[in-house]
Amino acid sequence: MVPFGGWDMPVQYSNGIISEVKAVRDSAGIFDVSHMGRLEFEGPGAESFLGSILSASMPAIKVGRGKYSFICNASGGIIDDSMVYKTGDEKFLLVINAGNADVDMEWINPLVEGREDFTMTITTNDTAMIAIQGPTAVEIVDKLTSNEASKIRRFRIGDASVSGIPATLARTGYTGEDGFEIVAAADRGVELWNALKDAGATEAGLGSRDVLRLEAGLPLHGNDLSEETNPFEAGFGRFASSIAPDSIAADALNEIAKTTPQRALVGFKMTGRGIPRTHLNILSNDVSATSDANSIGTVTSGTHSPIVDGGIGMGYVEQKYSAIGTQIVIDVRGRLVEAEIVEMPFYKRG
Amino acid sequence: MYPDDLKYSKEHEWVRMNGNIAEVGVTVFAQESLGDVVFVDLPEVGTDIEQFAKFGEIESVKAVSDLFSPVGGKIVEVNSEATDNPESVNTEPYGIGWLIKIELSDTAQLDGLMDAATYEATLD
Repeated sequence: MVPFGGWDMPVQYSNGIISEVKAVRDSAGIFDVSHMGRLEFEGPGAESFLGSILSASMPAIKVGRGKYSFICNASGGIIDDSMVYKTGDEKFLLVINAGNADVDMEWINPLVEGREDFTMTITTNDTAMIAIQGPTAVEIVDKLTSNEASKIRRFRIGDASVSGIPATLARTGYTGEDGFEIVAAADRGVELWNALKDAGATEAGLGSRDVLRLEAGLPLHGNDLSEETNPFEAGFGRFASSIAPDSIAADALNEIAKTTPQRALVGFKMTGRGIPRTHLNILSNDVSATSDANSIGTVTSGTHSPIVDGGIGMGYVEQKYSAIGTQIVIDVRGRLVEAEIVEMPFYKRG
Repeated sequence: MYPDDLKYSKEHEWVRMNGNIAEVGVTVFAQESLGDVVFVDLPEVGTDIEQFAKFGEIESVKAVSDLFSPVGGKIVEVNSEATDNPESVNTEPYGIGWLIKIELSDTAQLDGLMDAATYEATLD
């Protein structure tokens, strides 16, 4: 167990990270993601309020659907990324990162203050959230829900009883696989975990989740996204291009959208021997010595990928070096290792 | 877990003596702590190494660790099995997952290492 965002989290269960990654790619894995922040908004003003803090166009989200969205500051910097679900006519669920929950609340609380047209309830501690991901995930949850689960289509959300436990199921995830993120009362969490495990899912920890999300080309806030980056240079401009005009970040993001970003978040694959890690320097391939002056960017995420069978990473590079196929060099603690910018995701489910 | 015929360092490396050649690898404790080993970087044959100096790097999915040589001398062999198939360090850390062989500069260096029972006692 390791401390993470104020929670004790398992990095891995007994069989190791690689075997957990394989279980999720081949069958199904379960992740305890109860640490992620969950906020419920309800009332006639909920939709417009969320529109004012998110980059997504809220009126475009129909009941029962979810959307990936950014929480940006007035300069367009990314405070956090989130999933927002419309669970009723005037009811929404916002899922945020555990590591940013405090920062997010510092941002959101003053904006909520004095608003009487909706309520905000933090349900993080009252509920458990378990993600089941992998090619057999839907089949497993279907068995436990009398086939209700598969009626919920991709990026949608609905209620069902999972093995007798009342739950809300979002058909979303962070692994590049099909599956659900299931929210139930906190005191039924262990029961839900065991039901999914007994039905054939493999226990998986934070370590494998990080490999899976990186293989799927999904960014991690704190690594690949931050208040110093905006959705456009991160390559996710499409999640910010329909922002409400009265949204806090609207002016900044609309302005950024008109320009070509100076740098871009890219995916790369090691062609030489080595594993990229966060904070390593990225150099152009025409240099022969490591030096900060030769830096064209920085690695923001990196790992060994079992699917690619080698080192993969994400990082920001100067725009002119960001084209697919560009040869780059990663400064691995003084060792210059060749890499190539490739299309993301590194893995796409069949 | 910790064979009696080996000597151990506090950095969790082991030494197996054969004449004046020391075979070096990491212990079961080290490979279990690391988790799945996915990358091993070893020096060139012919490199001179000081006792307890860094001689390479070992990486698991999550982390990078330095490798420290329990003895000093000239590196006479490097295990390509460990660099080509890093998982061999997990499966057989005392066998096919060995890392380097060193021609010992001074056998008195072995006195600075632990026997299996002493090493195991440090792990509690």
